[in-house]
Amino acid sequence: MIPADIRQQLNQAHARGDYQPLLALIPYAGLIGIECERQGDDLLFRLPANPDNIGNPLLPAIHGGVIAGFMELSAALYLLIYSESASIPKIIDFSIDYLRAGHFRDTYAQCQLWRQGRRVTNVAITAWQGDRDTPIATARAHFKIEPEKPLK
Amino acid sequence: MNETPLMAMAQRFLSALKHCQVLQMRVHHADADGMTLVLPWSPAIVGNPQNGAVHGGVLTTLMDTTCGMATLCALPRFEVCPTLDLRIDYMHTAEAGKDIYGHAQCYRVTRDVIFTRGTAYQDDPSQPICQVVGTFMRLGQDVKGGIRFGNSLKEGRA
Repeated sequence: MIPADIRQQLNQAHARGDYQPLLALIPYAGLIGIECERQGDDLLFRLPANPDNIGNPLLPAIHGGVIAGFMELSAALYLLIYSESASIPKIIDFSIDYLRAGHFRDTYAQCQLWRQGRRVTNVAITAWQGDRDTPIATARAHFKIEPEKPLK
Repeated sequence: MNETPLMAMAQRFLSALKHCQVLQMRVHHADADGMTLVLPWSPAIVGNPQNGAVHGGVLTTLMDTTCGMATLCALPRFEVCPTLDLRIDYMHTAEAGKDIYGHAQCYRVTRDVIFTRGTAYQDDPSQPICQVVGTFMRLGQDVKGGIRFGNSLKEGRA
């Protein structure tokens, strides 16, 4: 279950459009340096260029695992805010297609909730750098959620 | 543990990857059958503060690196092999405080593509935290940076 104080923090973060206090609760969010901002009714996630996230020293390029972690975390945060799950969404599986090298610059991600079932959700995530129409990676994830009301 | 040329090459390769150094990843074992890396648990890699569970992104990073480095075990010479795709199935959460091992092997090598699979586990390899399949593109040795990087690995300058 999501404790009442966390739930309140969530609602407050979304109302104010300031997600920093929420991100501060997640150590991995700080490790890679994810940021989140409101864009109308949607959320835009940003991963600022950070030398600690480099995987290929020659290009240089962001580690593919960091790009995947950024996208998975974006999807989880998106669900925390937009799904009515009574608990923290739990990842079931994650599949990513790498389309281009993620260069050493800011990376963005946006999520699309394709299906919210009673117990499982399907989310698609797109990540890009300069141009939203030329993504560096696309991914999709299934998360287990808990219905607000018990199933039986 | 015996220091084989493959182990030494794997260690040099891993030491060139900044984010893997941040995560303090090390080569545990490498032979013709596959690559095993180890990632020590630390508070910084936690994704769920309620139970101390490691974030999936850390496991993805471990397994992307392990699967990618498993190509070193299967190729006669170093080639740059970027990830085409990766799929992770999460079996159960990683326990706080315990090292995480990643093991991967190449099960098919073609002219252009390498198919890999692997698992991450803590105490017991038969109880994996996650199962992974990943496909890697062979860019050969002629790509920009490829041969230079390959040579520097051979000579231990990376």
